[in-house]
Amino acid sequence: MSVLRTSGGLSVAYRPRALAVGSGCLLLALLGALFTLASGGGDYPLSVDQVLSTLIGQGNPADAFIVREVRLPRVATGLLVGAALALGGAVFQSVVRNPLGSPDILGFTQGSAAGALVAIALLGGGSLALASGAILGGVGTGLLIYALSWRQGLHGYRLVLIGIGVTAILTGVNGYLLTRAQISEAARAVLWLTGSLDGRGWEDVLPLLCAMVVLLPVVLLGCARALHMLEMGDDTAYALGVRVDRVRLAALAAAVLLVSFGAAAAGPVAFVALVAPQLARRLTKAPGPNLLPAACLGSALLVLADLVAQRAFTGHELPVGVITGVLGGGYLVWLLATERRAGRI
Amino acid sequence: MDATAGTRLHGDGLTLGYDQRTIARDLDVAVPDESFTVIVGPNACGKSTLLRALSRMLKPAAGSVLLDGSDIHRLPPKQVARTLGLLPQASVAPDGITVADLVARGRYPHQGVLRQWSRTDERVVSESMASTGVAELADRFVAELSGGQRQRVWIAMALAQQTPLLLLDEPTTYLDIAHQIEVLDLCAGLHAEGRTVVAVLHDLNHAARYATHLIAMRDGEIVAEGEPAEVMTAERVEEVFQLPCTVIDDPESGTPLVVPAARHRVRA
Repeated sequence: MSVLRTSGGLSVAYRPRALAVGSGCLLLALLGALFTLASGGGDYPLSVDQVLSTLIGQGNPADAFIVREVRLPRVATGLLVGAALALGGAVFQSVVRNPLGSPDILGFTQGSAAGALVAIALLGGGSLALASGAILGGVGTGLLIYALSWRQGLHGYRLVLIGIGVTAILTGVNGYLLTRAQISEAARAVLWLTGSLDGRGWEDVLPLLCAMVVLLPVVLLGCARALHMLEMGDDTAYALGVRVDRVRLAALAAAVLLVSFGAAAAGPVAFVALVAPQLARRLTKAPGPNLLPAACLGSALLVLADLVAQRAFTGHELPVGVITGVLGGGYLVWLLATERRAGRI
Repeated sequence: MDATAGTRLHGDGLTLGYDQRTIARDLDVAVPDESFTVIVGPNACGKSTLLRALSRMLKPAAGSVLLDGSDIHRLPPKQVARTLGLLPQASVAPDGITVADLVARGRYPHQGVLRQWSRTDERVVSESMASTGVAELADRFVAELSGGQRQRVWIAMALAQQTPLLLLDEPTTYLDIAHQIEVLDLCAGLHAEGRTVVAVLHDLNHAARYATHLIAMRDGEIVAEGEPAEVMTAERVEEVFQLPCTVIDDPESGTPLVVPAARHRVRA
């Protein structure tokens, strides 16, 4: 652990290795973003110089339109959604004290999907209705799971099991909603359900950006240190002066909102919330929820996965959720096998 | 004279229980300042429940625990954590944490967002590790340590809180006899430095040897309290534990030593 101190008695502690991992991932995410801005899906290639000059308000109008109105919103969505999902996942895994306690598995993303499907299939709404549906669905599922698993305090294992049950129910509900939808709406819904950054505009980015401006300080400044203490068990954390129930409720509420707003912007992109915190933890080798490194890694993961999705098959773009799903699913199998052997699950 | 003089921590009229099950009713208890108070009693007598109430882990259904004259549940949690430390029965060492990192977490009640790691924090953590004999383990992973070493690390973490009162819930459970004595000697040392120490112990002979103030409980009631020599009599042990016994002087320390009556003799 290293520390920066001011003469006024203020001090900030950090771990050099975690800092390196976090900034490395951030750099990778920004490089991936720059590359996406320059090349897009390969149709209208620009040089890095051209991209940078459009970003500072110069360059010809066609380039400026492509970069600022088409590619930049997509890249910004990728960066923010990756960070939001990863951060939400890191909080959940820390509170539940189990890598399986991530929003993908607990049913929050299925809840967002159900809300979005209601908006598309039953109400026939547009993209605003879809986003609102996703947020309401995620938050509603959060409340439901919390109410069902709360009994004289929250226990990680019960939360995971109830979450898995709720996921199963919601999967059924989602299937039913899809069959009720018109064929064109169903196609749109399925694309959204896979998770895609294609065609994102500033109207998709702004709500997420606002949510993150509010929620990041809540999580990183308000809860992070207490989450470290909570890892040692409720009694120990309480003995050290942590308001256990209050911190846990605030952290989980913020995480549910992050994941829901993320899903509203890009669809329930699979497995980022599960994988990013686990990878961050293995890279930093630091105990604790590793919130910032996880968020940076989530951004990098989603932006790079989107690059692959755009270019893997020429002339045929994949939704990014396909890539993260394949990578994340494989990682989950590996995780279950190794953690099982280590006796942690 | 006020009955609560000379005690920073006491409980008045405590009714304690979990859900609907009441464990103790209308209990008055006072921890004498600068004592090494040990609570003993048979299983399920309420001794751990009482310790949980005194350390504010359990909110009493009636009555109140007072710390320095204020209801402990009304005080800010961090302020309580700077006065009263607790070593719970079950703590989880996070994955991949080193001894120094774990002990450093004991500084939490003294820190804030802008005061994360002061020079005082650094000094207190090294001192806590030195006085519990874990300084040379500082960079080892907690998961690799033996049970006795791990317990000393947890005690070091509680010490780093720098509290004048320290409560320990069965600190010697699961340890072999040598490590039990090691941990109890450590607690006696902390007491000698001026701290008030409260522990729940199973072993009556350890309790009698180390305690300056003994509280004997049965069925949620305090049956006797005072100096071990007065409290620990053969009649009292039989009354509390239903165990016929003889009490002799401990040849090492002169404190009471409980020798259970022999009901079965092994033939030579």
